[in-house]
Amino acid sequence: MPSVMLRKREDGKLLFYVAKKDLEETIESMEFDTPDKWGGEVVLGDGSRYYFEPTSPPPKIPTTLQAKRL
Amino acid sequence: MAAMTREETEALIQEVLEVYPEKAKNDRAKHLAVNDQSLEKANKCITSNRKSLPGVMTIRGCAYAGSKGVVWGPIKDMIHISHGPVGCGQYSRAGRRNYYVGTTGVNTFGTMNFTSDFQEKDIVFGGDKKLAKLIDEIEVLFPLNKGISIQSECPIGLIGDDIEAVAKVKKKEHGKTIVPVRCEGFRGVSQSLGHHIANDAIRDWVLENRDGDESFPTTPYDVAVIGDYNIGGDAWSSRTLLEEMGLRVVAQWSGDGTIAEIEKTPKVKLNLIHCYRSMNYIARHMEEKYSIPWIEYNFFGPTKIAESLRRIASHFDETIQAGAERVIERYKIEYEAVIAKYKPRLQGKRVMLYVGGLRPRHVIGAYEDLGMEVVGTGYEFAHNDDYDRTIKEMGNATLLYDDVTGYEFEEFVKKVQPDLVGSGIKEKYIFQKMGVPFRQMHSWDYSGPYHGYDGFAIFARDMDMTINNPCWKNFKAPWKTEAASDAVKAVA
Ligand code: SF4
Repeated sequence: MPSVMLRKREDGKLLFYVAKKDLEETIESMEFDTPDKWGGEVVLGDGSRYYFEPTSPPPKIPTTLQAKRL
Repeated sequence: MAAMTREETEALIQEVLEVYPEKAKNDRAKHLAVNDQSLEKANKCITSNRKSLPGVMTIRGCAYAGSKGVVWGPIKDMIHISHGPVGCGQYSRAGRRNYYVGTTGVNTFGTMNFTSDFQEKDIVFGGDKKLAKLIDEIEVLFPLNKGISIQSECPIGLIGDDIEAVAKVKKKEHGKTIVPVRCEGFRGVSQSLGHHIANDAIRDWVLENRDGDESFPTTPYDVAVIGDYNIGGDAWSSRTLLEEMGLRVVAQWSGDGTIAEIEKTPKVKLNLIHCYRSMNYIARHMEEKYSIPWIEYNFFGPTKIAESLRRIASHFDETIQAGAERVIERYKIEYEAVIAKYKPRLQGKRVMLYVGGLRPRHVIGAYEDLGMEVVGTGYEFAHNDDYDRTIKEMGNATLLYDDVTGYEFEEFVKKVQPDLVGSGIKEKYIFQKMGVPFRQMHSWDYSGPYHGYDGFAIFARDMDMTINNPCWKNFKAPWKTEAASDAVKAVA
């Protein structure tokens, strides 16, 4: 369960950053991304997949969350 | 020499790898690459931030160097104790040329070396008592210090001293910030982890000191300069540009910086990151905790400076945006004159770089402004995200080398035959003896500043005076030059 720092890039895309792994990738798609449900499976720019426990309301970005590697 | 094609560059890498035994060859192959601008992500072509191979000459430093030397050292009004044996601090003392104003030994301490000078008995019985005594002595001898950081050298972690406990007790006693930093040299694969540890120590022990204290009057134009170590005055020549465009620079991290500035940083509106590698961690933390956005900028060479100034300004209102244009306009005559003077002398010259974690990509623009071309670049301790940012800056089919070994670097230079090599002190004399013009790109070869418009003029002059120095023509012994051998033949 890596700790993931999420932040918005200037172009509005979400960046997925794991310091320990030197991983800085864009989030290409997210399972739930509505005002009342956020999270689920995400696919990163390099094709790898992670899972955020769905939350409601969506977290305030930037933030650090736990993600599961799929 | 004409630009190398992709095939030629690949062949060169293979040729250089030939000497290694099988296992080493496989390992090193992953760190050498031919640049391909079409790639979005660097991990497809190059591996970085891995342990160096035993047996080869690496140019890396240790975590202590990253923390004490890079991040903490330049904070001028704190005393940074090199905790452990005397050598680590003494041999690196004042080598980085972080300029500062102040009276050394009275209210600033940048170029001094404070150490607990471990002896055998400290290793056997532990050094905590000595550390406590040392802190008391510092308070008596240097009462104007604003805080103390304890920079652990290797033995501290090995013998299991509890420096945190000492720091807490002494902090209470003296009422000053005392920061224990667990940056023992053996941690991680290079100085890079030391930067991270140092950032974390600032986060945990300093950054929140003024949370909830609103007595510091802020303006909508407050920024902090992060990751500028004021080498040869770099931060000063950057700061003036920011101030001229209407911003207020509240803090400099950490060149010519003070602990008060660091404590005030959570109150700024925007963090400006120059050295991304060594300080992105704290910027990310402040973004999360204090909602301060951060951007990377580049103050090497007029093209990148103008780009950066506009980018910074885009985060503020029209007055600042107009300010940025005014600054660019104002310096235009100056930098155009610099280019007019030096470009004809430097046009087409080819450069190979090998520096730390930022400059291998950041200085490319400055060389290009002078009509030069960077044909090979590499980092000592970069991570993936740095190479991601490098691919687009470098030309296609140029060489990328990560944690290059002494042997590889020499061979590359022999084959590529650049007109200039830019790297560190350990590489300098090898290349100078090989007859290749060399500039030290860590501490600017006793020159600088290189940041900002003022810095660019000095940069251009330095490159010219190195490359076009008449000494390179006299490199061959007189009797070995062509003219001489013709003369000898004529006589014979
Ligand atoms: S590796 Fe250890 S002993 Fe060597 S300089 Fe770094 S802290 Fe000192």
